[in-house]
Amino acid sequence: MGLAHRILIVDDEPNIVISLEYLLKKEGFDISVATDGEAALARAAEVRPDLILLDVMMPKKSGFEVCEALRGDATLADLKIVMLTAKGRETEVTKGLALGANAYITKPFSTKELVAKIKSLLE
Amino acid sequence: MNAKLRFILAAGVLGLLMVGPFLVTALLLYVDAKDAEREAFAQFLVPRLPLGGFMTVMGFVLGVVLLRSLFQQYVHGLSSMAETLHLMLGANRNFRVTPEGPPEIRELARAANDLAQQRNELLDDVEAQIGEAKATVEEEKNRLAALMSELAMGVVVCNLDGRILLYNSRARLQFKALAQGPTSMSGGALIGLGRSIFSILERGQITHSLENIQQRLRRGSAEPTANFITTTRSGQLLRAQMAPVLARSAAGEEGATPAEAAGAAAAEAQVTGYVLTIENITRNFEREAERDQALQTLTDGNRAALGNIRAAVETLLDSPEMDGPTRERFMRVISDEASSMSTRLDATMNRFADSLKTRWPLEDVLAVDILTAAARRIEDRLKLPIKNEELDASLWMRVDSFALIQAITFLAARLQDHYEIRELRLRLAQEGKFVFVDLIWSGTTVSSETLYTWELEPMTVGSETSPLTLRDVIDRHGAEIWYQREKAAHRAFFRIVLPAAATPEVVAAGPAQHLHSDSRPEYYDFDLFAARDAEGAGIDLDRRLSELAYSVFDTETTGLQPSQGDEIIQVGAVRIVNNRLLRQEIFDQIVDPGIRLKPEGIPIHGITEAMVRGQPRLDIVLPAFHEFCSETVLVAHNAAFDMRFFQLKEEKLGVKFSQPVLDTLLLSAVIHPNQESHKLEMIAERLGINVIGRHTALGDAFVTGEVFLKMIPLLADMGILTLRQALDAAQKTYFARIKY
Repeated sequence: MGLAHRILIVDDEPNIVISLEYLLKKEGFDISVATDGEAALARAAEVRPDLILLDVMMPKKSGFEVCEALRGDATLADLKIVMLTAKGRETEVTKGLALGANAYITKPFSTKELVAKIKSLLE
Repeated sequence: MNAKLRFILAAGVLGLLMVGPFLVTALLLYVDAKDAEREAFAQFLVPRLPLGGFMTVMGFVLGVVLLRSLFQQYVHGLSSMAETLHLMLGANRNFRVTPEGPPEIRELARAANDLAQQRNELLDDVEAQIGEAKATVEEEKNRLAALMSELAMGVVVCNLDGRILLYNSRARLQFKALAQGPTSMSGGALIGLGRSIFSILERGQITHSLENIQQRLRRGSAEPTANFITTTRSGQLLRAQMAPVLARSAAGEEGATPAEAAGAAAAEAQVTGYVLTIENITRNFEREAERDQALQTLTDGNRAALGNIRAAVETLLDSPEMDGPTRERFMRVISDEASSMSTRLDATMNRFADSLKTRWPLEDVLAVDILTAAARRIEDRLKLPIKNEELDASLWMRVDSFALIQAITFLAARLQDHYEIRELRLRLAQEGKFVFVDLIWSGTTVSSETLYTWELEPMTVGSETSPLTLRDVIDRHGAEIWYQREKAAHRAFFRIVLPAAATPEVVAAGPAQHLHSDSRPEYYDFDLFAARDAEGAGIDLDRRLSELAYSVFDTETTGLQPSQGDEIIQVGAVRIVNNRLLRQEIFDQIVDPGIRLKPEGIPIHGITEAMVRGQPRLDIVLPAFHEFCSETVLVAHNAAFDMRFFQLKEEKLGVKFSQPVLDTLLLSAVIHPNQESHKLEMIAERLGINVIGRHTALGDAFVTGEVFLKMIPLLADMGILTLRQALDAAQKTYFARIKY
């Protein structure tokens, strides 16, 4: 394994960010954090992550909008997007996937499964 | 006029007869005589001429007096008797000719009275028989009425023009509760026989539901009804169910086979009106929305908190190596989230407790039907050509069809306005539990931001605005919408994902079954079913008087001089629809004139200072009265007087009574030009109407209304059938009276 994979966590709730950050650091990923949609786009351009964990409900720009913007950027073609949401509606899942998300995970989720999913996407 | 001319002619002839022979004789003698004789004749005659002249004039005057009395007795007496006879024939058959004048006339009068008596007996006999037959029908009608009034739901029956043919008291109450401000004066807002349902419910919604029903009928559906939710002007939510009223005879008359009767054309021809059952669900809906919200805070709110806890706990378990301070931070997260969850749970449970279960009713419909209807609407309103791509005709979805079609039309309108698309393609597909509705166009690309903006705007198409936003409609369906591009095909589309419905509606086996109108009472033969409006027109002057709707009104005022500051203190009105005085549909309001009442007026109108205090002013009452009278002809006794009061206020209050006005005083002069009095009570007496409760505005309006109803057949006898003819005739007598 060469350089560690870079993961950008985008969520406005510090209480989830703390767990995700600790967990993924422990797994050996290079972690950066953004707490709203606009910051997420700026961070993504800066650190060029391999994967983004993207919350849907956020101030300024929703996760859907961030997802579309990222997918519109040709230089980020290899970026994997995992959307996290606190809403369980299936139509939303369909929308997220249609807009280019690679996976869509509903809260509450199992940390083990989340890590497994991230790893499988980054293989 | 004619009689007068003849009288003058007769007097002339009398004059000639008296003077003529003498003059001719004198002339002949004069010609025959010699000069001396002529001289002597002249000498004899000239001094005596004044006496002769005097005698002749006296004789002539005597003759004229005699002639006049003969004329009075025979000619005038006869024509007055003829009027009375016509009256007996038409309006009041108990009226009798008073035998007066010379014996021949008296004899004639007695003979006529005897004939009338005989006719009365015959008519009574016939009436008794008809009455018996009617009684049974009436009983059945009453039973229906009782049934309707017992219903806990509002029921309104309309014809295809949206005219109300029947309503029950519950519906009246419901709409009364809806009425804002002044309309409540008319004791039930705008619900009334012959009135338009569209003043209460949205026209588009009704039309759409009717179309749905007709589509169902064509498919032979077992339950050709439609449901919808609508918002009234006052923001109340009504849930309505519409069932068609079907004409039983249509298929039979055409001699069509049952198969043909089930065909599209027959189905369309059969619907003659509809029954609406209406329920005010505003309160329920508010509860429902609250409940939804509660549920949402419970699930979505706790989802995030639970997610945070779970992640923290799992991290803690997996990380025995974690140092003390970090461990402490994780514990705090768990503690925080757990306590916030408890608080949220308590709060939501409290609110949830008194929320009742109601649902926004979504209907199961064939998806293709919605798209077809939407396509028709878009082509109709926007003139935008629609092409269909793959349409899976077997898909059912669960929707509020009216709102969804509005949403699709709205998107099409926006695309046309902002991106000038030339055509729109519709696609329908299923994926798992969802139905995809795609609106596809080629060329121009749209940004997702644009769609986000559109989602939050109220849906407007042309002049039609919906209170809902696209987002509301999407949320209501539990649906989603997004923008996507098909790069290869140079096309883009909006995709609406809707929940699919699993159970298609039961289709009836034969056409006969859907005619459950068969079991409906036969006495649903409301005459208004057949009545058709001229589309969008106001009052048609060439309609028959008996077919029009009227507002018969009267006012009480502080005095007789509006221009000198006299004011209206009471307005009363009653409606006439289809030749019936509707005693339930009234307007009755005392008005605070803002000035002191004149003591001399109080005994006349019986309204005291105490009664006007606290009553609304004319600026509230007149607009309400104006609304009450909309689409009807105004009728009043001595209407010019009341109209003067209105006209003086028109500009200030911004209400104009522009509809035609009929005056029973002038009409009475048209019908009985030879009667001396055209006072309301005299006319009422002539026409055999019992006068009770006069000299309140409403009481007088009732009397005027009954008088007017009696006048319609009398006018018809004179060849005055239409409103235009009546207005013309009244105007002529008006000018005739002005001349005097």
